[in-house]
Amino acid sequence: MQSQPPIKPSLFDSPAGPNPLDQEHLLGRGLARVDGPLKVSGRAPYAYEVSDPAGAALVGVLVLSTVAQGSITRLDTQAAEQAPGVRLVMTHRNAPRQGGPASQYCRPQMADAVIRQNGQAVALVLGDSFEQARAAAALVVVDYDTRPGQFDLAAGLPQATVPPPRSPSQPVDTHVGDFAQAFASAPVQVDATYSTPHQAHAMMEPHASHASWEGDRLTLHTSNQMLSSCAQTLCETLMLRPEQVRVLSRYIGGGFGSKLVTYADAILAGVAARQLGRPVKIALSRPQVFRQTTHRTATIQRVRLGADADGTLHAIGHESWSGNQQGQAFYETAANQTRLLYAAHDRMTTHRQVRLDLPIASSMRAPGEAVGLLALECAMDELADRLQMDPVALRVKNDIQYDPEHGPSRPFSTRRLADCLHEGADRFGWERRLPRPGARREGQWLVGMGVASAIRSVALRPSSAEVHLDGRGILTVGTAMTDIGTGTYTILTQIAGEMLGLPPDRVVMQLGDTDLPEASGSGGSFGAASSGSAVYYACAQLRIAVARRAGFDPEKVQFADGQIIQEGRAVSLAALAGAQGIEATGGIKPGSLLKRYAQASFGAHFAEVGVDADTGEVRVRRMLGVFGIGRVLNARTARSQAIGGMVFGIGAALMEEAVPDQRHGDFINHDLAEYHVPVHADVPAVEAYFLEELDPVANPLKAKGVGELGICGAGAAVANAIHNACGVRLRDYPMTLDKVLAGLPVQA
Amino acid sequence: MRAFSYERPSQVAHATHAGSRPDAAFIGGGTNLLDLMKLDVEQPGHLVDVNRLPLETIEVLPRGDLRIGALVRNATLAADPHVRRHYAVLSRALLSGATGQLRNKATTAGNLLQRTRCYYFTDVSKACNKRVPGSGCEAIGGYNRIHAILGASASCIATHPSDMAVAMLLLDAVVETDRRRIPVAELHRLPGQTPEIETTLQPGELIVAIRLPPPLAGRHLYRKVRDRASYAFAAVSVAAVVEMRHGRIGQARLAFGGLAHKPWRDHEAERLLVDEAPSRALFERAADQVLTGAVGQGGNDYKIPLLRRTLMATLRQATEA
Amino acid sequence: MARAASPAVPPQAEPGTAIPVTLAVNGVDHALMLDPRVTLLDALREHLLLTGTKKGCDHGQCGACTVMLNGRRINACLSLAVMHDGEAITTIEGLGHPDDLHPMQAAFVRHDGYQCGYCTPGQICSAVAMLAEHRAGMPSHVTEDLQATHHDLTDAELRERMSGNICRCSAYPNIVAAIRDASGGIA
Repeated sequence: MQSQPPIKPSLFDSPAGPNPLDQEHLLGRGLARVDGPLKVSGRAPYAYEVSDPAGAALVGVLVLSTVAQGSITRLDTQAAEQAPGVRLVMTHRNAPRQGGPASQYCRPQMADAVIRQNGQAVALVLGDSFEQARAAAALVVVDYDTRPGQFDLAAGLPQATVPPPRSPSQPVDTHVGDFAQAFASAPVQVDATYSTPHQAHAMMEPHASHASWEGDRLTLHTSNQMLSSCAQTLCETLMLRPEQVRVLSRYIGGGFGSKLVTYADAILAGVAARQLGRPVKIALSRPQVFRQTTHRTATIQRVRLGADADGTLHAIGHESWSGNQQGQAFYETAANQTRLLYAAHDRMTTHRQVRLDLPIASSMRAPGEAVGLLALECAMDELADRLQMDPVALRVKNDIQYDPEHGPSRPFSTRRLADCLHEGADRFGWERRLPRPGARREGQWLVGMGVASAIRSVALRPSSAEVHLDGRGILTVGTAMTDIGTGTYTILTQIAGEMLGLPPDRVVMQLGDTDLPEASGSGGSFGAASSGSAVYYACAQLRIAVARRAGFDPEKVQFADGQIIQEGRAVSLAALAGAQGIEATGGIKPGSLLKRYAQASFGAHFAEVGVDADTGEVRVRRMLGVFGIGRVLNARTARSQAIGGMVFGIGAALMEEAVPDQRHGDFINHDLAEYHVPVHADVPAVEAYFLEELDPVANPLKAKGVGELGICGAGAAVANAIHNACGVRLRDYPMTLDKVLAGLPVQA
Repeated sequence: MRAFSYERPSQVAHATHAGSRPDAAFIGGGTNLLDLMKLDVEQPGHLVDVNRLPLETIEVLPRGDLRIGALVRNATLAADPHVRRHYAVLSRALLSGATGQLRNKATTAGNLLQRTRCYYFTDVSKACNKRVPGSGCEAIGGYNRIHAILGASASCIATHPSDMAVAMLLLDAVVETDRRRIPVAELHRLPGQTPEIETTLQPGELIVAIRLPPPLAGRHLYRKVRDRASYAFAAVSVAAVVEMRHGRIGQARLAFGGLAHKPWRDHEAERLLVDEAPSRALFERAADQVLTGAVGQGGNDYKIPLLRRTLMATLRQATEA
Repeated sequence: MARAASPAVPPQAEPGTAIPVTLAVNGVDHALMLDPRVTLLDALREHLLLTGTKKGCDHGQCGACTVMLNGRRINACLSLAVMHDGEAITTIEGLGHPDDLHPMQAAFVRHDGYQCGYCTPGQICSAVAMLAEHRAGMPSHVTEDLQATHHDLTDAELRERMSGNICRCSAYPNIVAAIRDASGGIA
């Protein structure tokens, strides 16, 4: 980061009033992605595609440990060092000293001979070409003294511990009223235990980095969702001052949480490039992605629901166990949404952590809710079944407009769950669902429908932006924000264009560069809200500056068609900017609204599946999601985000499972042939629909996040549809044909 | 991928000579070989590119056999009008495998010679008798959801991944090499104590064509059961050609994928169907016969009921009016 | 098919020796000296700096590297460049330019047939070639009547035929819409 004057952020501490974004001339419309033409023509450069003069960059290939626990006893690099084209073989014996001790933002590589996970970097081979480096990497011989590890979540349950709280607002456990008593005395009970497997983000672009040094300054092109934390990691690990690091991620081939962390490719590219005085680029191979990078941990979840015969919930209990390496603070907050979703007087949620010696577990698309709802929303379906009540009606009956743990003093900012359920039921044709499982058959297919609620917490992070208006009337917006496919380039263009009355082609968006003002990054569905608010505030400042230069009253002006207008007098922005231009900056600092209001986005998923009566194969036939996400910033990209999340739900329900080998502690199905994600043929007609909503409590955009809501509950809707189709109630995800088969009746 | 020398002969004789080097490998489509070379599972020192050999024709021979050049691409073979009309089971099997891209590249001979998808075979950090004889089999006692239930050994429980080969076996295809003819039924081996030896081909022996006997009358079906709707290997697959005569089964051919180290066929199961009227009990008997000796390894136990159900469903479909 | 005049290449003495290869990429001949281990994908990306063709898995498991070889779609990662001496390759860069998009590229923009964009060039190349396959009467796994010479390009057909291109962002419904839209103009 280069030293810049600090940007003064605006504290967002009271609900947003009317603002120019409400015009929705540009915002909200389905503007086609502004980065689209570059992407579809193959001209958008991703991290590994930085063009060097021919032969300038060395290529690094990593060697990863093949045991999970122990230490290196022998390391023979001679053959690799003597292989053609090899410039250096770096191991713990000769790696330059890095920062320490290891922590969230300090990730020294090859610092010692200790093996902490299968897939840890143990050597880096640098060669003139990829082919040479890869061949030499295969010649590195490593022997280990191996200790047994713990790789099975269920087996580790007796040793589960209480993890440290994620934040003051997210306690590990909550208890309201007397759950045990209320559950015991409830006339209708569900007590079910669900399990979800380890999952892989499996974004299409493997992690890759390109490092070069100019003097003592590192420039790293990498594929990272959150550049500020990547830069911090590089500073702490490579022992650099902030101004010595520039990180760029202008185009990112998907992340889903995997690229929130800085891995060996980035750190060792920086280390090696400094040592060798040449640019170095390193990409993880696809199997290495599964072994070196983070994953979503498996969970075991017990859900207990106690209700009256009319469906009124009295007791809700949700206990979750997840795994991670010792010393890792991250645990899967799978019970968190249960604190907010349904009413009940007596309730409890708990989270426990099991030490697993697998690769590090961390965030994957909607950490917490994505797997928590796979359990809770199946339990709700089981309850509806037991009550012989419509599952939509059961959910609506237990809807609540305030935080059920805190009472009416903490209302939801907005919550249209019941509307989503009703609207979705209408649009989907829910009334055609036959309550009795197995009642609808079409040829070999048993057909059923399922529903699930969706909820995802809302977050807001500090973020800042700069804007510059030039003499051609072009507005250039800069922020170190990232676009991981979410549409950030486009929605920020719309926000800026709306604020200054400019068409999209007069707005130039610069993202993905830490030389630009620090931004929230992409994660936790806070990206659009946070970075969009920063652009909003920067543009608000620019409006004032433009008005002043025009001699207008900033309170009385309008911006339209490239002009500033006051009482019929219009002046072109280009003329006002002139040769020197006009600049402004702005930022957002979240206030206390997240404490005062419960904030979440909501939705309802509907799925129809066919179950092959002979083989147990499950195929989704159609799916609908109806969502309330506050203001829809871009109808086209928001829909795409929602649909993408729903398809993640199909994957979670039916096929995704990273399987740990119980002897070696790696994921044995570590490629895209054996870790199944949905392909075209798995994805039928999927539709997403958004309710009209504005949430002024959320941020000045009055928008909530959308990138993760689509996955929340989607898999449960599929699971519930399987039950409705064939009567098989599975509680162990993914619901592969072998599990379905075991419950199917004998063939006709 | 270790360094190799490369040549691209234009005549079969040159290719087989080049291929007789002990470290040589033929490369056709490359979709399997290069995959494994990148993983260091395959380490040829010399690569003989056979793609410019004149082996890309499909011809109907005077006595009604079909001769398929070794280099005919899977997509071409599947779409060939004669194959579609007379060997539909082969077309169906091909189309159920891999993807449009891979089928455009993969060759007929290469498809037959595909190596297993076993996780422990493709990961050089794991013990595998097929990759390193005598090192052990970590699929036994490991994650073995995709593994064999028939014909496996204590050395290897891998499966053959091809769909096409299943149809070829059913059709009594014969492999024509540069030096002899080998029925497909005798091409692939069971693992026994030597799982590293997968076929009966000799070093340097080059498949030049595959011959299919004259067409089989009847209904041609290929039912592939898999974990996703496309682009996935078979959990199990059933190829069936059944001809009905006056309400009875006149002729039946069955072959199976996903069950064993080689495409699987059970002549006894076929025999017991012939001249019988289709019935649930009859199909059960056929399934019992096919599953004689079937053993699960834990993760793949489900294949036993799955194969039974899939076979019964396929026979039901093949025999219904 | 474009083929080299003298297809026989004598054996090299030394493994790893560079071999002359001429690739006709997007209508332009490129004479290269390549390590025989260089895949067609890496030849495009690293030697010709045509980075539009993506490396998603390098093992034929995702489709991000799809290019057209003599008009047929293949995975460029599972092919050696030397195997394609003298052959014609079309990449995403050859289909269109940001200011002059191919109808399929334009349809992807119109229908939001992508998110992160990394699988997109492969999806587009695959889609263009897939429509040609369909026009040529090639059946698919979901084709009911194998004997028919023409099949309606139903959604099920389209999805099956495109299943070799994984999109983890899961723009699948939009991709299908884009291809259907473009097929009107192309087919």
